[in-house]
Amino acid sequence: MSIPANLHYTADHEWMDTTTGVATVGITLFAADALGDVVYVKLPDLGSVVSAGMVCGELESTKSLSDLFAPASGEIVEINQAAIDDPALINKDPYGLGWLFKVSVTGTDKLLSASEYEAKIS
Amino acid sequence: MTLKQTALDQIHIDLGAVMTDFAGWNMPLRYGSETQEHLLVRTDCGLFDLSHMGEIWVEGEDAARFLDFALVGELSKVAIGRARYTMICNESGNVIDDLVVYRIEVNVFMVVANASNVQIVFSELSARNQGFACTVKDLSESTALIAVQGPSAVKVVSQVFPKTNFSELKNYGWCLSNQDELHVILARTGYTGEDGFEIFLDLKDAVGLWQKLIDFGAKPAGLACRDTLRLEAGMPLYGHELDLQTNPIEAGLGRVIAFGKSIDFIGKSALAQIAESSTKRNLVGITLETRRIARAGFNLINKDGEIVGQITSGAFSPTLNKSIAMAYLDRNFDAQLDTLSVDIRGTNELATLVPLPFYQRKK
Repeated sequence: MSIPANLHYTADHEWMDTTTGVATVGITLFAADALGDVVYVKLPDLGSVVSAGMVCGELESTKSLSDLFAPASGEIVEINQAAIDDPALINKDPYGLGWLFKVSVTGTDKLLSASEYEAKIS
Repeated sequence: MTLKQTALDQIHIDLGAVMTDFAGWNMPLRYGSETQEHLLVRTDCGLFDLSHMGEIWVEGEDAARFLDFALVGELSKVAIGRARYTMICNESGNVIDDLVVYRIEVNVFMVVANASNVQIVFSELSARNQGFACTVKDLSESTALIAVQGPSAVKVVSQVFPKTNFSELKNYGWCLSNQDELHVILARTGYTGEDGFEIFLDLKDAVGLWQKLIDFGAKPAGLACRDTLRLEAGMPLYGHELDLQTNPIEAGLGRVIAFGKSIDFIGKSALAQIAESSTKRNLVGITLETRRIARAGFNLINKDGEIVGQITSGAFSPTLNKSIAMAYLDRNFDAQLDTLSVDIRGTNELATLVPLPFYQRKK
């Protein structure tokens, strides 16, 4: 399963593309496959402030409901309306069109490198 | 506990299926995207392993009269070569299981029970078999069941069984089919709302038939899409719309009860009373404004915030592209004056009552 080398990961299967400035956040392909087809996604409100490790949304699939955890602390500066309107994007392209939100990073918990994340899920 | 495996277990694993424990069986939930599998059955042809279902055979000169006594339907009126949807109820008129019964010969019937209920149906039929000249045998573990469902099902299955006359095999009919060494019961029944077949056969033949059906264009479909397909088609699932606290009449299935048959059947007097009065609640269909899923057990709420019912099954419908559910709704709820919502984890989501089924295929 391809795990982009340039991203940072959490143990809760989120990814983020940078640890400073404005980071884009999504869930991993591993998580998307495990959920099955996502039919509903709830994202944090634009302008709200999240803290690393807290529940900031939910992902619902045919068989399950999963909390979405914030991988970083900071203000939500953009949310992906396309993923809300068509959650199938999260399954089809979790590292691309299926991104979830952008956060202006003020801090993170411990993040995993691609190789550390790969070791965790294999 | 070790899960039971169907004859096709290794095939599912080789296909990379996500497997799940269903009533003690290791069953394929989905092979890839359950939404794609759902749409495939609606537009083309899906292939299901249903070998976990129960096949209980009733044989003997009193077989028809026994089933008239033990079940709510009039099975003695079913012709050889036909099948009928029916139920086994208890004395209170509540549902022990819903069944499809196939008349194989004058004195031979095959009763197909839900996987979760095979033991209880077998025990109950055996206990009710007092003073009838017939035997009740559970052949579930030696029977494989493969379903081929979808608008292309006839095209696919007719290539495997070219000698069978499909124009004479109508909905809820069945026939014995054979090709080379393969002998099957080929039934035009299903649980998806599409045209299709359920094929009962010996365990040793299951892998070969599955492969042939794949070769002729059927694609594997898992139990996840089977559930959303039957929900769209408004079909009940035991443990959800039907259970030991539910009678067939409130489930909207009073038509399966044959009050007029010559023999008194188990549950008759209770069911007759229910039929004469009115039910406290009824099974309804709802659609939601939100994409969130109204799951089994969630409460229905009226405009005053009072609980007026419970969801029995909910899903995001791939065909309708909206969240749908079946639910029991209190009889006193007035749809003209009131508004309905579903309490989804603390948020009341607006719901609309709609007639069942949600989906009906064009004939």
